[in-house]
Amino acid sequence: MSNPTPPVGPGLPETQTMVSDTVTAPAPHRQGKHKQAKGGKPASLWTDAWYDLRRRPMFILSVVIILILLVMSFWPQLFTSVDPFNARTCDLSTARQGPSAGHLFGRDNLGCDVYARTIYGARNSIVIGVLTTIITTLVGGLFGIVAGYKSGLVDSVSSRLTEVFFAIPPILGALLIAATFRGRANSILLVIIALAVLGWPMTYRIMRAAVITAKSQDFVVAARALGAGAGRIMFRHLLPNSVAPVIVVATINLGGFIAAEAALSFLGVGVLSPDISWGLMIADARDRFLEAPLPLIFPAVFLCVTVLAFIMMGDAVRDALDPKLR
Amino acid sequence: MGRYVIRRLIQAIPVLLGATLLIFCIVFALPGDPIAALFGDKRPDPAIAEVLREQYHLNDPLLLQYWYYISGVLFRGDFGVNFADIPVSQIMAGKFQITLNLALTALTMEAVIGVGLGLWAALRRGKATDTMILASTLLLISVPTLVTGFVLQLLLGVKLKQWTGADIFPVAGTFAGWRSYLLPGFVLAGTSIAYLTRLTRTSLAETLRADYIRTATAKGLSRRRVVGRHGLRNALIPLVTYLGADLGNLMGGAVITETIFNLQGIGNQLFTSVYLREQPVVVGIVTVLVLVYILANLVVDLLYAVLDPRIRYE
Amino acid sequence: MTKTTPDALPAEGGPGDGPLLAVDNLHVEFQTRAGVVRAVNGVSYTVGAGETLAVLGESGSGKSVTAQAIMGILDMPPAVIPKGEIRFRGTDLLKLSEDARTQVRGQRIAMIFQDALSALNPVFTVGWQISEMFRVHRGMSKADGMKKAVELMDRVRIPAARQRVHDYPHQFSGGMRQRIMIAMSIALDPEVLIADEPTTALDVTVQAQIMELLADLQRESQMGLILITHDLGVVADVADKIAVMYAGRIVENAPVYDIYKAPAHPYTKGLLDSIPRVDLKGQELYAIKGLPPNLLDLPSGCSFNPRCPYRQDNCVTDAPPLYEISGVRSSACHYWREVLDGERQ
Repeated sequence: MSNPTPPVGPGLPETQTMVSDTVTAPAPHRQGKHKQAKGGKPASLWTDAWYDLRRRPMFILSVVIILILLVMSFWPQLFTSVDPFNARTCDLSTARQGPSAGHLFGRDNLGCDVYARTIYGARNSIVIGVLTTIITTLVGGLFGIVAGYKSGLVDSVSSRLTEVFFAIPPILGALLIAATFRGRANSILLVIIALAVLGWPMTYRIMRAAVITAKSQDFVVAARALGAGAGRIMFRHLLPNSVAPVIVVATINLGGFIAAEAALSFLGVGVLSPDISWGLMIADARDRFLEAPLPLIFPAVFLCVTVLAFIMMGDAVRDALDPKLR
Repeated sequence: MGRYVIRRLIQAIPVLLGATLLIFCIVFALPGDPIAALFGDKRPDPAIAEVLREQYHLNDPLLLQYWYYISGVLFRGDFGVNFADIPVSQIMAGKFQITLNLALTALTMEAVIGVGLGLWAALRRGKATDTMILASTLLLISVPTLVTGFVLQLLLGVKLKQWTGADIFPVAGTFAGWRSYLLPGFVLAGTSIAYLTRLTRTSLAETLRADYIRTATAKGLSRRRVVGRHGLRNALIPLVTYLGADLGNLMGGAVITETIFNLQGIGNQLFTSVYLREQPVVVGIVTVLVLVYILANLVVDLLYAVLDPRIRYE
Repeated sequence: MTKTTPDALPAEGGPGDGPLLAVDNLHVEFQTRAGVVRAVNGVSYTVGAGETLAVLGESGSGKSVTAQAIMGILDMPPAVIPKGEIRFRGTDLLKLSEDARTQVRGQRIAMIFQDALSALNPVFTVGWQISEMFRVHRGMSKADGMKKAVELMDRVRIPAARQRVHDYPHQFSGGMRQRIMIAMSIALDPEVLIADEPTTALDVTVQAQIMELLADLQRESQMGLILITHDLGVVADVADKIAVMYAGRIVENAPVYDIYKAPAHPYTKGLLDSIPRVDLKGQELYAIKGLPPNLLDLPSGCSFNPRCPYRQDNCVTDAPPLYEISGVRSSACHYWREVLDGERQ
């Protein structure tokens, strides 16, 4: 690697570098500096990506939104003094009242404060989104790395298995699972399980494809030739080199899971009252939506912004990791 | 070509069996006794209940029940009857048509808008138009169907009618003909439009960097012919794949849209049947959707071979 | 391109005197985020009818960029042509409108690319791609175009042309694909043919056949051939004269015989010395030390000075002009005499 390349003389195979390629490549001085500083390839990929990300307004915006959402889900009291779980804060006689000084977003069908409920709704969305993502990434990633590395029987069996899951429409599948076991388990746990069961094959596919690509690279072949064990090759060599696309998809999926949770709750098989969820709030407000749209609009806006933040972050990370896609 | 089709069909069988078995197991794990539910508040005569259980194979092991079911579907096109003895295929037929109409409307919109916007963005790569289109795809992806549905229903369905007096996008029901599918079709297609736009943009941009595009320019062809014939023809391949695979997704994802727009489609029926614990109907619907998914993918594979001559001889 | 000069297309067989194609002091730059890449810095060469010019240089020397500038297929931006002329039968192509250039491209100046597999469109039959030239530029019908395609495939010696005309590029071998590429480029009898590393991707035996085919075609049609290559072996057989490029400049211009006999630039000399030779078996192979220059940051003075065994102090400060050695020969080295005499310092 560090030896100077031999001079290109006649007859020596010319490395195919079109000038247009050099033009699109990232600035060489920057890359060079990080390579010297950090050495190995993955490190420089991540350092480069991080350097790039810090300069992207989209990334910074999404990080700020996600941080606010995290604070909101851990300490909703910081944002509102109204406790939406206390029935006495609701007043039926004020149902569907518009926004006022004390109740910024107005009141819903039961006369409860829409603002406080919207703030408290963040927790379930974030918890469900994050946990589902962790589970699908671990399960799909683990299966993916093993299937990609082992190939042969293990690969074909697990690949057929994921095809089975892909054939089932995800929302319908989750709806069935959630409806079947409704009342048998904690409703939030049930949503996570339903979404994870249908979500992991996506991560599996991406991990497997990335591992298969990484597997044929010289340093992996070399490691194998030097007698490294399967576990070492998979987790020391293949994982760091194929984890990037998985992280991108995980971030984007997190947004998707939050939207799916809202859909399930809307259909009545997700988060159940008295727990609060934006999907549930939308469902509650839908009957009077045409006359009083605000109790539906506010949770909807929070839902959109949350999903947007995660998808924006995923987009930015992908662009930073793969400059060619820009 | 014939061998290719047969191979793909054979490969589809385990997927079909696996997916339906999975659904079968989930659905029949539904708690409660469907026979008891059938009689509502009345307590059924144990003897009659037993006869019914026998008739519906409810006493047999799950795998055997599954076999009775799937062999009926595959060999006789018989989806069974619900517990009120109405054939499931009869329950599904009309609803299926509505969902298919909805999904096809969505697919058409997706193809027209998505490919159109994507081409536009690719040809203006790096310019303001491109950035605008990319930003709007980001928004379209991020706003869940749940939200687009209600907001567009309010704005285009209700408010527009109030302002203009003309019912351009009829809101509920299917009685206004194809126009009643426009709004829900767009809502259903929303995310897919955005993904297809992005895919078209990257696919065409990537194709335009290919060596054979440079060759086409060197042949003295006009820019229009270079992009329109040489570029688009190659860029089309992944788009067709995406569109074909998306038909299944659209039909399967229609439940939210159908609920919001009160369309009596297959998603709504499934939802109702889940609550009524009509397992045969639930399994029937999902089986049909799995079949649609598999067939759509098969068609895509064949189209792929037509569009890309390199595939055929592999 | 916003040049507004009237589209004075050079007439076929135009001005009798002067070269067919002349590149004059051409500069091409690429605007990148890292800075301006000076890919071509004042290249001049000419090619006449029936003449073969070999442009020799390693990757990044600007030889392909010059060719793409002649064809007008550079992506602009990022490419910019700040200076220079490309005269085709006396008309500066760079001053023509895009429409007029499209008329020249493919019909009067044609090009062959290195990797025919990626240069041919994978989804159209080879017949379709060859006949497209006749359909688009000559208004022929599909059937007539296909007939012409078969004729051309015969001419480039593709066996069973009549059947194979309906095949796709991936169904041919590498050598056959390059023949199809050639057939397509000579379809409309161009006056100039640019071959950009036409044999690099091929086996050695096939290389010779392709070069022979090109030489035959050129003899038949009297077209000017610009052969871009990094392979000195290819050049010796077919070229009439050689232009050696380094870091976007011509460093040596000479008839092919002279250059092999005695190079007049240290870089050319280095290239020749690094060819393995049977009679010197056992000795260490000569290699030019150092690396090709960074086009973002060229060395001052002579670009080759950091790698040059003949370097003197003024090489770092003064960029050498192209010294004329004889009527047909020039070298961009202050010390070309010493190089020519073979004295190494």
